[in-house]
Amino acid sequence: MSRLVDAPPVQATLWPHAPDRETLEVRVTARCQPFVAGAFRAPRSGRFLLVREPATGAPLYEAALCGAADVAAAVRAARAAAPAWRRLPGPTRTRILLRAAQLLRERARELAVLESRNVGKPIRESLGEDLAEAERHFFHYAGWADKLEHATDLRAWRPAAACAVILPWNYPLLLAAAHLAPALAAGATLVLKPAPTTPLTTLRLAELLQQAGVPDGVVNVVPGDAATGAALAAHPEVERIVFVGSSAQGRQLAAALAGRGDRLALELGGKSPQIVCADADLDQAAEGVYAGAFGNAGQACSAGSRLLVEESVRAPLLERLTARLAATRIGDPLDWGSELGPLHTEEHRARVRAAIERARDEGAEVSGPAPALPAEGWWQAPCLLLGVQPAHRAAREEIFGPVLAVSTFRTPEEAIALANHSPYGLAAGVWTEKGSKAQELAARLQAGMVWINSYGRFDPAAPFGGVRESGHGRVGGRAGLRFYLEPQA
Amino acid sequence: MSGNEFGRATRSRLGQNPYAVLVHRLGVDSRAAALIARPLPAAALAPALRFAVSTLDLTTLDGRDTEERIRALCARARRPDPADPTVPPVAAVCVHPRLTAVARDALAGSTVRVAAVVAGFPAAQTPLATRLAEVEAAVTSGADEVDAVLSRGLFLAGRRDETRAELRSLRAAAGPARLKIILETGELETYDQVRAAADLALECGADFLKTSTGRSEPGATPGTVLLLLQTAREHQRRTGAPVGVKAAGGIRSARQALGLLQIARATLGDAWLASGHFRIGASTLLADLLLQLRRLHGREAGARWEVAEAWA
Repeated sequence: MSRLVDAPPVQATLWPHAPDRETLEVRVTARCQPFVAGAFRAPRSGRFLLVREPATGAPLYEAALCGAADVAAAVRAARAAAPAWRRLPGPTRTRILLRAAQLLRERARELAVLESRNVGKPIRESLGEDLAEAERHFFHYAGWADKLEHATDLRAWRPAAACAVILPWNYPLLLAAAHLAPALAAGATLVLKPAPTTPLTTLRLAELLQQAGVPDGVVNVVPGDAATGAALAAHPEVERIVFVGSSAQGRQLAAALAGRGDRLALELGGKSPQIVCADADLDQAAEGVYAGAFGNAGQACSAGSRLLVEESVRAPLLERLTARLAATRIGDPLDWGSELGPLHTEEHRARVRAAIERARDEGAEVSGPAPALPAEGWWQAPCLLLGVQPAHRAAREEIFGPVLAVSTFRTPEEAIALANHSPYGLAAGVWTEKGSKAQELAARLQAGMVWINSYGRFDPAAPFGGVRESGHGRVGGRAGLRFYLEPQA
Repeated sequence: MSGNEFGRATRSRLGQNPYAVLVHRLGVDSRAAALIARPLPAAALAPALRFAVSTLDLTTLDGRDTEERIRALCARARRPDPADPTVPPVAAVCVHPRLTAVARDALAGSTVRVAAVVAGFPAAQTPLATRLAEVEAAVTSGADEVDAVLSRGLFLAGRRDETRAELRSLRAAAGPARLKIILETGELETYDQVRAAADLALECGADFLKTSTGRSEPGATPGTVLLLLQTAREHQRRTGAPVGVKAAGGIRSARQALGLLQIARATLGDAWLASGHFRIGASTLLADLLLQLRRLHGREAGARWEVAEAWA
């Protein structure tokens, strides 16, 4: 008979969760200055902003705050470079963009380390997702550069010159790449205005493009704040304006530019729903919902920040999500084990905390782990807001932090009604193993992008963008190219 | 679209098992891939390799197995690396039923358990009475654990009641021995079937879910192992009783083994993993684990003959 059946199990020692810090040392540019006509120059405004590292609160670098004179110089450079760049044969632009994709791959670690330190996002996300996707954008649009006649319905066109691209701080490098690649493929010239706190990687990208063979003046970068952005957008010589940022700022910009019509593209905020039906694979849905809501600490316009769960599976799904939150490894963005980093700035963390408190006042239950967080830096533990009602601000307003608002539904009709009950319409997720139901739900959701049984997966060939207060205009695929082409007859 | 259409949950149509779920295959595979994308950091490697050794079901299932060969295997199981006392003994040796008595004697006084592959291994296509007799014989002759194959023919034919009855009789025949049900996931093919079979095995009293016999492809893929871990986790949530998972089939490298351990730890947590609920069944893996340990310790890695299976 067996000897050991009743013996107590042997307790073996597990391996330690040893730190796994990215080892590449990267020198941070001490002063981020405007990149105009192929050269860095001191800002004529003479103003700088001290940028702090979100993980520690320590000073990281100084970023120029460009004024109207800097903006004018950049626009002038972009216009001056336009004729030659436009006349360049398509295959030559293809070669340049392919070279850019290759350089991005070669320098991915360096750029990811800088992005993680500057934004606060975990290196798994900056290197594993952002850089990989940025490279794909260049690769994708390299293929279009010599096939523009097949990209649109236009018989004849002229690429737009001096396109203004105003970007946010949450995905500085990826968004710059996503807008640069189609514009360069189309033969357009640009002036980029990164967020005040994140010009670092955008400038390195501009430098990298120069190495790849983009002529001077085709890509210009003017670091600065909202005033810089306003000056750029209002500049009469600018032919296209892309604004990526908050809906409030986007509205102001659209009002200021009233009448400029299709020359303006807005990529704004969202409060995107993730609908989990009772017939979803709950283990996988929980992981997907988690990643969709808490990726980049929820600081994403397309974050799936509203969970709509069918009432009959609320408890098992929340059990899984709660366990997942508790297991989340929060810490040093440069550690490969970290899943959640700090919020980007102290002011932003204050906004997120205020939103959580407001939700509590509205009657929501705040549920989440209480991990020990570093004393320095802008850390914030992730949480669920339980019992959020459609009338609550927590269900309607973008929080842009590691916060997931949870509501329930009973029938698919109700799920659709709740999902569409929002001023936004950027993205949505549907979780069900029943294909016909997934298709029905997806078709009736008012959102620019709907994922079925996944969330937040992007491809340069798929148009990214929203409806309603999430903006208009599309990046990606042919739609992204069309924006930069001026029809001619 | 009608509301009624949506109201009908897919799970209810599977009927027999109220907990049956359809599995999102891409979700499972991408999660598993994400969990093993980054190898363990250097400081964790040696402890993780030693832990991997302690989870091994050191296996020989060869037609040429002799009693002497089993004794060699058992010596190896007790003291995997004679030159390195920090390497723990393996969890069990896994042999054909004829050789369990030899293994039991060779392992007397050690913590290493004796496991036997039974129930018409690997195809489960012998008469049920024969299979049950084999289980009983194995347990009587010293098996602490039996690795019994699921009758895939019966299961895939949709004969759930008969499959359930067979599993229950296997449970009864195993008596006090630990029952590991080998699902042979490569033959079940879809994750829906794997999940259904795993749920059925647990419902019938299995102590361990085991992926494969090692005789069909693919074996213990990261996705399959994650799916079984999720099934075990769900069972533990519902019943409060932990069950084990054994990954077997095609696990030859230390890198593979550590990846599976990372998946197990992330899915079921430290306490579950540390209390012996995860096993890796393999025959050649031990050599690579020891080789990697030697490399880490700066000892001559070239001495492959020392760590290679001396019984092979």
